[in-house]
Amino acid sequence: MTNNPNLDDLENQRAQGGLGAGTVSETSAIDESHGRGEGVGEAQEVQGLSQGTIVFRRFVRHSGALFGMVTITAIALLSLITMGIGPIHGLWWEQDPQNPHTPENGSAPTLHMPKWLGGEGFAIGKFPFGQDTIGRDNFANVMLGIQTSLTVMIVLSIVVLLIGTTVGALSGYYRGRIDNVLMRLTDLVITLPVIVLGAVLGRLITVLPTKWGWSDSTKGLLDRWMPVELAIALGLILWTGLARLVRSEFLSLREREFVDSARVAGASDFRIITKHILPNTMGVIIVNVSLLMAASVVLETALSFLGFGISYPAVSLGQLISQNQTAFDTRPWLFWWPGLFIVLIALSVNFIGDGLRDAFDPRTKKVPSKRQMDRQSNRTLKSQASQKGASK
Amino acid sequence: MIRFLARRLLTAIGLLLVLSFMMYALLSIAMDPLDDLRISTALNKQDLINSRIRALHLDWPWYRRYASWVIHVLQGDFGMAWRTQQHVNDILPGAVKTSVQLVFAATVLALLIGVTVGVISALRQYTTFDYAITFVSFVLYSLPVFWVAVLLKQFLAIGVNDYLVKPHIMWPLAIVLALVSALFWAGALGGETRRKLITFAVAFVASLAALLVVMGTNWINEPQFGPLGIAVIGIAAALGVTALFAGMHNRRALYAALTTAVVGVGSYLGLRWFFFLYSVNDGILFVLLLIAIGVGLLIGFLWGGPDRGVSMRGGALVALVMSVAVWLDQLMWNYPDYFKALGGRPIPTMGTSTPNFTGDYWLTSLDRITHLVLPTIALVMISFAGYVRYERGAMLEVLGQDYIRTARSKGLPERVVIVRHALRNALMPLASIVPPDFIAMIGGAVLTETIFGWRGMGRMFIEGLRGSEVDPVMIYVMITGGLAMVANLLADLLYALLDPRIRVNA
Repeated sequence: MTNNPNLDDLENQRAQGGLGAGTVSETSAIDESHGRGEGVGEAQEVQGLSQGTIVFRRFVRHSGALFGMVTITAIALLSLITMGIGPIHGLWWEQDPQNPHTPENGSAPTLHMPKWLGGEGFAIGKFPFGQDTIGRDNFANVMLGIQTSLTVMIVLSIVVLLIGTTVGALSGYYRGRIDNVLMRLTDLVITLPVIVLGAVLGRLITVLPTKWGWSDSTKGLLDRWMPVELAIALGLILWTGLARLVRSEFLSLREREFVDSARVAGASDFRIITKHILPNTMGVIIVNVSLLMAASVVLETALSFLGFGISYPAVSLGQLISQNQTAFDTRPWLFWWPGLFIVLIALSVNFIGDGLRDAFDPRTKKVPSKRQMDRQSNRTLKSQASQKGASK
Repeated sequence: MIRFLARRLLTAIGLLLVLSFMMYALLSIAMDPLDDLRISTALNKQDLINSRIRALHLDWPWYRRYASWVIHVLQGDFGMAWRTQQHVNDILPGAVKTSVQLVFAATVLALLIGVTVGVISALRQYTTFDYAITFVSFVLYSLPVFWVAVLLKQFLAIGVNDYLVKPHIMWPLAIVLALVSALFWAGALGGETRRKLITFAVAFVASLAALLVVMGTNWINEPQFGPLGIAVIGIAAALGVTALFAGMHNRRALYAALTTAVVGVGSYLGLRWFFFLYSVNDGILFVLLLIAIGVGLLIGFLWGGPDRGVSMRGGALVALVMSVAVWLDQLMWNYPDYFKALGGRPIPTMGTSTPNFTGDYWLTSLDRITHLVLPTIALVMISFAGYVRYERGAMLEVLGQDYIRTARSKGLPERVVIVRHALRNALMPLASIVPPDFIAMIGGAVLTETIFGWRGMGRMFIEGLRGSEVDPVMIYVMITGGLAMVANLLADLLYALLDPRIRVNA
């Protein structure tokens, strides 16, 4: 991959039709003569737009990414509105999912599909996702689990962003001994499968308070912040991939002319790194962090499933599945709903990541459908014919 | 080269030492061997605590424990899982074998299927087929492996077992499967609308017929290829291999492949007697496989011609396919006995083998394979998606290169452009992605082993960590770390071998 999307795009633009408002018609004429499908309408599309706008437009055009955005927003809103966040209470009637209730509808979900979906009329009922073996509300649990997953995802990505970018930037920019030391550190972390290191760190978080006999209030505080702690711990493992990518970007960018000119102008190292090189690596960073976020959802649930991640009193989707997998035959809904939401969250974030990758990659082109290409080639033929007619 | 190897090995050993030191430190913080005693209500609680402290040397500082651990490991004593009083040396060989079996099977399958689908998807870029494959691979990529594994246990295994009690034709299932297969083939083979429709119709009828034969006759309970099936497989393999790697116009290659197929059918009849008269094992079968491949090479050589290598490769590939088919057929012949021995529920959901099950090579192999089915599906489903995405990208990258355009413009047939010029180069990056992926798979096996009750390394690690047993966890860390380093070294070497632009000594 070329390392600088903005410059390449600008160069393409220049090559295809020059910059400036007066050349728009000229550009489109050149573009039409390009022939079937080859960059149809590509040049007008980016004419005079900022890099951010170009990326945004490409992102919005990616239907998968749009689906991801809508889904993840809907899920986050649903969970925030029903269960609230922190001290703010949500609107759902059951705010403490650990409370047992008397079974209703034989503990089965009271959520019914509307008639046109083959159900018996839409109804939410008291326990839309059913109840577990001791009568706790599955809906409230799942919603809290979603919040945990989202928290882990966000905190983890911030940690990864900080460590990965710093390590990558330092070793790529300074090279030499710093690079050597930092890369050996990266090698060390990469050696073990993520889930193994994650399990050890997760275990550490659960064991430490009792082992060192901390006071109950500290323990309570730590328990409440469990998702954040786990996210930080996982972030300490997962930064390596980003660090390697940022390093390789820095290695090639630091040889470019604009860095030389900044240095000649007297800019400090810090300024060169943050103001000149880093903005050019944003694409790589954003794409990778977003794909990492999707992986982190699955990782967190997997650790909680094994019992090395989130544990009581915090709730995680993986923990719900592991608690209820023995009850699969009698209460399958306890298994379906958490799993469904894990898949939905991970899938949406994956799609967003894919959309971002396409948006930042200068090589992706909008591929016109066959009909569009035919129409375009007809138009080209016609304009060529009319030009011939005019020249006669 | 040797200097490079020596340097890398030395670094690896150093890294492993640092890793062990840091992990030991981390584990000594993260583990609490006294946790069950702390909340115990026994009268002699303090005595129990004291005796455990003495037994595990908890009164030593952790670095002293680490030093003693290192010395013991260097002497070949891997310590003890103290809760069960088992020596790690005793558990380890079985655990390693189990895990490697599982991960190896899954990696090979995922690689084969994933790469094939990825390449086809790249060749049909921006078609509905491509979008469908991309979507499916995204869904698979987002599936949590533990969830899938439980689903497989609950639906696939129990469903298949229930079905096998009284096999009958399930029309909806058969039609849906046939439709999916027809859509796949129509999309994968591509072409004009007319050709697609023909492919669709042919694939639909063929799949439906095959499914009806499997479901309707008693085939599913007494499966076999028979001489006819083996012959059909052999000829199909001969035609397919020739079409892909030599082109139908290369008559010598075609005849070499067909001759190998005929020889294969002939030796199948002989081998049936051989298997009937003598008991075999993995070693004998491996030798037989080598002989078969040798015969395939020889046939290709004897057909000769200016392009001997192509014929020889074709013959060897056909021989390989035939050998696998014969092996499968022999397993199938033994299947009814196995079915009876297991009381009619042949897909197990737990463990690596049926307890107290004995039999000859074929029966125990069947037992091993049926136990492998579910965990392998779970692992393959996840990593398959990664390979599809990766190989699609690599293939597209190569197809956009100038030398592909040159190859096309000098009039090479499309088959040669794709197989010789594009595919070979698109496969190269796999050399650097497969070894690390193997390590990730070992990590993924931690989950699969737990769910399917396999006594593998992952299970050893999980139980060790849960029970605060340092020794098994440390050995797991050392083995995985060592494997990772070997894998990375292998990736570099392989890449240097495949890509002449990369020099190892530099």
